[in-house]
Amino acid sequence: MTKPSPETKHQPWFWTSALASILLRLVLIVYFPNTLNFSSRPEVSTPVTSLRRLAEGYWLKQASMSPYAGSMYHGSPLLLSILGPLTVNRGEGQTSNLLCGLAFVLADFITAMLIRGIGQLLQAADIQSLKLLGAGGLSKFSENFASGDIAALVYLWNPLTIITCLGYSTAPVENLMIVLSLYGACMRLAPLAAFGWVVASHLSLYPVILVIPIVLLIGSGLDTPPKKLFLQQTHGDDHKETTNLSLNVSTFSWKRVVVFFLWASAWALYVLILCAISLKEYSGLGEMFKRTYGFILSVEDLSPNIGVMWYFFAEVFDFFRNFFLIVFHINIFFMVLPLAIRLYHRPCFLAFVYIAIVSILKSYPSVGDSALYLGLLGLFVNALADMQFSFFLFSGYLGTLLLSPVMHNLWIWRGTGNANFYFATAMAYACFQIILVVESVSSMLNHDRALKRGTATVEKKVQ
Amino acid sequence: MATSLSIVFSLIFFLFILHVSSESTLPAEEEEFTEELLFRPLPDRKVLSHFHFQIHTPDTTSYGPHHRLFPKAIYQLVHKYRIRELELSFTQGRWNYESWGGFDPVASSNAKPPGVELWAVFDVPADQVDASWKNLTHTLSGLFCASINFLESSTTYAAPDWSFRSVSSNLRYGSLPREAVCTENLTPWLKLLPCRDKAGLSSLMDRPSIYRGFYHSQRLHLTSSEFDPVASGNGIVLEQTLTIVLQPDALDSHSAFSSSRKFQPSWSMNSLFGRTVDGKCALAKSSNVYVQLEGSLVNNMQDTWNNNDGGFGSNQNIEFSVSPDRMMKEVNSFHGEGSSILYGFSIDDYHSSKPFDLGFKWKLPVTWSCVKAPLRASRFLMGSGNEKGAIALSLQSTEWSQSLPKADNNEQRCRLRVDIFQVVPWYIKVYYHTAKIYVDGMLQSVGETVEKLHVSPSEDKVSPGVMEMILRLPCDMKSAFITLEFDKGFLHIDEYPPDANQGFDIPSAIVSYPDFHTRLQYKEDNNSIKSPMVSKMQEKRTILSYTEVLLVPLTTPDFSMPYNVITITCTVFALYFGSLLNALRRRVGEEERLLKDKKTGKLQLLLSKWSAKLRGKPWEPPSSTPQSSPSKLISSKVLFKVVLIAAIGFGWQYYSG
Repeated sequence: MTKPSPETKHQPWFWTSALASILLRLVLIVYFPNTLNFSSRPEVSTPVTSLRRLAEGYWLKQASMSPYAGSMYHGSPLLLSILGPLTVNRGEGQTSNLLCGLAFVLADFITAMLIRGIGQLLQAADIQSLKLLGAGGLSKFSENFASGDIAALVYLWNPLTIITCLGYSTAPVENLMIVLSLYGACMRLAPLAAFGWVVASHLSLYPVILVIPIVLLIGSGLDTPPKKLFLQQTHGDDHKETTNLSLNVSTFSWKRVVVFFLWASAWALYVLILCAISLKEYSGLGEMFKRTYGFILSVEDLSPNIGVMWYFFAEVFDFFRNFFLIVFHINIFFMVLPLAIRLYHRPCFLAFVYIAIVSILKSYPSVGDSALYLGLLGLFVNALADMQFSFFLFSGYLGTLLLSPVMHNLWIWRGTGNANFYFATAMAYACFQIILVVESVSSMLNHDRALKRGTATVEKKVQ
Repeated sequence: MATSLSIVFSLIFFLFILHVSSESTLPAEEEEFTEELLFRPLPDRKVLSHFHFQIHTPDTTSYGPHHRLFPKAIYQLVHKYRIRELELSFTQGRWNYESWGGFDPVASSNAKPPGVELWAVFDVPADQVDASWKNLTHTLSGLFCASINFLESSTTYAAPDWSFRSVSSNLRYGSLPREAVCTENLTPWLKLLPCRDKAGLSSLMDRPSIYRGFYHSQRLHLTSSEFDPVASGNGIVLEQTLTIVLQPDALDSHSAFSSSRKFQPSWSMNSLFGRTVDGKCALAKSSNVYVQLEGSLVNNMQDTWNNNDGGFGSNQNIEFSVSPDRMMKEVNSFHGEGSSILYGFSIDDYHSSKPFDLGFKWKLPVTWSCVKAPLRASRFLMGSGNEKGAIALSLQSTEWSQSLPKADNNEQRCRLRVDIFQVVPWYIKVYYHTAKIYVDGMLQSVGETVEKLHVSPSEDKVSPGVMEMILRLPCDMKSAFITLEFDKGFLHIDEYPPDANQGFDIPSAIVSYPDFHTRLQYKEDNNSIKSPMVSKMQEKRTILSYTEVLLVPLTTPDFSMPYNVITITCTVFALYFGSLLNALRRRVGEEERLLKDKKTGKLQLLLSKWSAKLRGKPWEPPSSTPQSSPSKLISSKVLFKVVLIAAIGFGWQYYSG
């Protein structure tokens, strides 16, 4: 792999700011452990990701009870074994969560590095395919922005990521696993991708739908312009180097996919066995599925969050509850296939869209999920350069995220507002996220059209 | 052979003994009803009156299922649900442990948490206990006109392991702190008495005077050994008590003077209840009224007590309007406060023309304080806002427990054992790992002070959280605090009660001190009439006290909004689905034209290729597409679609119809 020269030029700048963001986190964790009480914010920690609930689960387990006894802990038993011991050392009381905080900072850093790696791979592939298409004018534009660096820095400096990291929720670990699986798929390393995918799905269920982009990445490689363009190109001028092109537009490799699925089932088996071992004395895997996936799917906890479901299920009539549960969850899966059909040639972008949709519609969303897809958005900074409403969206995100704590305070703490205030911000936030997803999808499609037009003009010039 | 013979012999011997014993006990067994009333002046110018009715029926095997006195409803209840022990109490007001005492038998068995408290021990297999409990709650609900049936839901009752009463897996405990207790609960309770409130001591129960009191608690305690093969023969004992704390109106002329505040108010039965007793209930075996003077009161009066020799009942401090029939003095009182005195009055000789009206008059001002529980337990909430909070249980040492270390100093360090039993509803999500124990303001490690801890955490909408804890606190401590953090839950709109903004109640915690027992040993100087109440007082009984009921305000959703929320949320979902799908399938104008051209072109290409092949002629690409063929193609496509839809419709009709 040849490394493009502009990136090396940017690196010192990148490293200093990445380290600065890590330092900021460390300073905030070490010096303001209790003043920044993010862990109790409903925007940051959800019933599934809250570290406080994890500590309760660990305590129950230490007291030789099932960690799922009671309705406190809803996470994975593996996370409990890894993070549980870190929550215990409450000798002084103040620095009890320091070790967990450090673990989350590390997770954030690794995630950012993996995003950077994905970005570099994507950019290299992009430049290559644009060169092959002969649209030199377009490729020059994308060389200027090292999208990997930008995405990694967006992820690291995003206030949502920092808040999630300081809020002691397990979302950084889930994000790390998702990004790890994408990185593995981009590198076409089936074991790594399978591991990331299995663990991410085990932790929070929704990453299951990432199997489609991962399979596409592993089967047919990184994001490219539509295959049609290459065919057009080859059809248009036979006298060019067709062999190189046909190599690039290689067909879907089923062998790799089968290998991926074999690895995935091996990892799944491994994870299940580990879970079974750690829950052996208690009630076993059946209860684990009921308390984790069942809890996520049946929206039992109605405490407020930034999602769309809690208030709905607090208010909806019991008779219709099951119907709406099915409808709302199916809404995520309804869009999986159309998106896959339309964006199959851009699996990384497809993964981004899936992650964004999940973070809008999942039952217990937090800003940690938003932080992940906003970071991934940076990967497509070249393709999405002409996205509409970007300033409007930015202000919208800022506004809702500032208003949400205010409304929560008015409702819960002062009692001067009511639930509708907070619900309104959640609705606005959902709308802004939806606009972001729709706009990014349509501008990505427009980008492909522009590429097509560009190649068409090139083609005409050649003829 | 020899062993079998010996077995047969022993069996015969056993049967013989059984026969003899049943023969010997049979004629002695009778149903018994006793009524008793205890008065006790309280240090804060109030009077405790404690009615005690007891009906005893012999075992069914020896006596048969028909009863003269014993209420049929209760008998059937015991047999249907196989109850071994049951206690139901209706209470209004809170027992003041500070000034009314926490150590004496009346306080520790009759001070009950506000509202309804019910616990029962069943004699059924462990898997049927819950079903029996549910049926029992419904039966009692009908019997006492109360909403005890709310205890049916598994979120309201708990199965304590070891901290409440004895070790029994068949015990269920539930309480309804919000239940309002009124005369409609008293009337069915009185109906269980043979004389109701028509005659005997129960005729004193004038409803307005009872419910004007500071505290009243009606209690029903049931012990049955019907299903116990070992201790059979005791039958069923139904004990009904009514404990009332009343403020007597000052009777005497002293009240006019400002110095009269020193005097305790004098009272009579007529001034307390507005009624007098016309004689005993004809069905009662014995009918007695007692006046109890506490040890420290007697102690404070001691100096004037000794130089008085005018017989009991009249001394310089107090005077009864009726001279007592007997006097009992406490022996071996083990807190050196002086021994209490019990005066007994028999009302067998009174009748309607000569009603019994006991008057009690103070002649000298006297102050005293009652015997308190080893620690003063109280519970409160910490934190503000509707998101989270903490429950704090404080145990303050009383003057009584400060004298404790001298008692047993031989050990390395004197430790006071405190048992705590607490039930928390599921919407108070307690983080048990945040339990902190402070002794004299210093944070203690849990392992150091907690001897035993059993937690069964609450499960959303299924079961409440139960915490049972044994603490070993140093005897010389001043105060101890236990704090537990919790998150407040958010309920579904239907789960809120009609007055949702009033808040939700956390039932009282029970704090007991198993190292200490209440026991009043009375030396009976007179002809001893077996009195169930006095023998109850003499029983060894663990001291327990109830903490306050906590009121937790929970956040409410907007109750008027369900339709708006449903429509708005569904609109957002529609926005997501519609706009995303639109973005995916939208095509720019020229693209669409291109696509259409290409499609038709391809089809044309294919068709012409096929036709060329069929005709066996070399294929030549068509130079220009004729305009007529696409329209024809489209029409055939439309036709195909129509046929397809019709087929689907037909199939649907066929299979669903």
